[in-house]
Amino acid sequence: MKTTYREAMRAALRDAMTRDERVFLMGEDVGRYGGSFAVSLGLLEEFGPDRIRDTPLSESGFVGAGIGAALGGMRPVVEIMTVNFSLLALDQIINNAATLLHMSGGQFNVPIVIRMTTGAGRQLGAQHSHSLEGWYAHIPGLRILAPATLADARGMLWTALQDPDPVLIFEHGSLYNVAGELDDDADAVGIDKAAVLREGDAITLITYGGTLPLVLEAAEQLDGEGIDADVIDLRTLRPLDAHTIMDSVARTHRAVVVDEGWRSGSISAEIAARICEQAFFDLDAPVERVCSLEVPVPYAKHLEQAALPSVERVMAAARRAVGAGG
Amino acid sequence: MTTLRSQGIPDADHAVHLLRQMLRVRRLEEKCIELYSAARIRGFLHVYIGEEAVAAGVMEALEPEDAVVATYREHGHALLRGVSAGAILAEMYGHAEGCCRGRGGSMHLFDAATRFYGGNAIVAGGLPLAVGLALADRMAGRQRVTACFFGEGAVAEGEFHESMNLAALWQLPVLFCCENNLYAMGTALGRSESQTDIALKAAGYEIPAWAVDGMDVLAVEEAARRAVDAVRSGGGPHFLELRTYRFRAHSMFDPELYREKSEVARWMERDPISLLQSAMQAAAQLPDKDWAALQADVDAEISTAVGFAENGTPEPVSELSRFVYSDRPDDGSAGGGGPEEQGTTAGKGGAAG
Repeated sequence: MKTTYREAMRAALRDAMTRDERVFLMGEDVGRYGGSFAVSLGLLEEFGPDRIRDTPLSESGFVGAGIGAALGGMRPVVEIMTVNFSLLALDQIINNAATLLHMSGGQFNVPIVIRMTTGAGRQLGAQHSHSLEGWYAHIPGLRILAPATLADARGMLWTALQDPDPVLIFEHGSLYNVAGELDDDADAVGIDKAAVLREGDAITLITYGGTLPLVLEAAEQLDGEGIDADVIDLRTLRPLDAHTIMDSVARTHRAVVVDEGWRSGSISAEIAARICEQAFFDLDAPVERVCSLEVPVPYAKHLEQAALPSVERVMAAARRAVGAGG
Repeated sequence: MTTLRSQGIPDADHAVHLLRQMLRVRRLEEKCIELYSAARIRGFLHVYIGEEAVAAGVMEALEPEDAVVATYREHGHALLRGVSAGAILAEMYGHAEGCCRGRGGSMHLFDAATRFYGGNAIVAGGLPLAVGLALADRMAGRQRVTACFFGEGAVAEGEFHESMNLAALWQLPVLFCCENNLYAMGTALGRSESQTDIALKAAGYEIPAWAVDGMDVLAVEEAARRAVDAVRSGGGPHFLELRTYRFRAHSMFDPELYREKSEVARWMERDPISLLQSAMQAAAQLPDKDWAALQADVDAEISTAVGFAENGTPEPVSELSRFVYSDRPDDGSAGGGGPEEQGTTAGKGGAAG
């Protein structure tokens, strides 16, 4: 079946709402408007305003209400229009959703799913272009997902809803229009393991979310240069599937981490540190990182593109790693 | 101000019950101060002395299936909701017998059995949770009420206003109980709010709201019953501004530089416990021997609770990473991040409802 990332997400929502009457979608403009990114378009007509619930511009209020509804036995899917606005709900996400189970000594779990768009690349300027999923992955108590493929867009939501604990799903804005083939019977997918999307033995390219397409493109071009790359789609940023990373590095002895987040104190830093901790003696070259430059994401296209990871920068990093050491 | 039903107390047995409830909180809090001073318990400690009539009156109006969301000054709310004094004190001791197995402490008491949802230590952070609990009830067609306690300091927070609006917009069954003790830590209401009539703020969201003498437990109970009945019968959120006063410092670290001793003394003349006690004694509804017996009962309860806490066992460090995530079948696939990746499998979770 030909579909898009957006349609796959919508199918996942429809499926979840149909399968479990406790599931409802809540957020800004999810109903009448059809979703800021048109993910929920048509669902209001299908499921009604109680379950496709438009909210005021009150991120902390409606995210907190989602947490409360989860405590009360519902299975809310809360859509925050973009990760940038989720900063207004940090108190609820970090002080409540992530802590309640532990603070209550195991009495109150919070089965909420919070979806949000993330990332840059669309000339939206600094306040609409953050990539903060790695930052959320710092928080114990949360599970952080970054679906990058059609199969994951279709399959991660239901699995996330089965999780007894809070799950944040980051959908990169550049992916919604990605089109491709999806199995007609595509269904829920696991959310515990990273995926090796391309196998090679010269280097491991590690990424997730919005940078996956460019990393796959870089891998193709590197192949033409005789550099055969493993490409790992992390899929889940917390808890990290370190096994898949280390298994690959043990074969390739080289790694490049590609992350649209900033470099300092980032998920790429965490991955590089873990490789150093767990696979240091497998390495033949320093771990390379390709991240966004440490500037607020600018508006002008040439400036923005210069700030973000690119195929060229990934290839250059890979060449450096392959050229280094043994 | 003199009401207590204008000194005619219709149901003496019930009034004695309220007196007992307030005294249980008072004695528990006094014991907490003592234990804190003896360094048996640590962290932040915020006691409710002076404000007992608020929790005592409101809790009377709630049913077991209702939910309660409270603040970090919540020992009394937990106790009156039905959490044992022993489990509360054991929590402050960091013991496995504590109501949160030592992970919450004084500011984070939780109890699933009584639907007591904390113990929230971010001012106004509990309000959205209350809205959500009520939303769940509403969507599931349950006739339950969520009572949400917060101080007047919370009304300066955005989460207060967002929650008022959501609850009113969706007509959710929440009873908002604003414990107006006049000071947000050390900041007097008039120094922090352009509009100090708090009930008026709620009214601005089309929420029925009224102010109540929070030192008069009968007045609190009466108002709470009226509000809870309205909420339960589908009348949407209601709001009580309970005018009260904190007799003790904000916390154990507060030198109280911001208020006059004479002001505290003036309020202590309306101590909610002595107010009811003396009214009952004046009406010959509380014989000395009954009052003495009641006090002895409460002292015994608290003393037993201290013994329970003292004899508890520290929550084992080996359990530290439990409850970061819920228990799930160990299929070996989650986590796997190496020696520091802990806490991906844990004890039992389970949302109520």
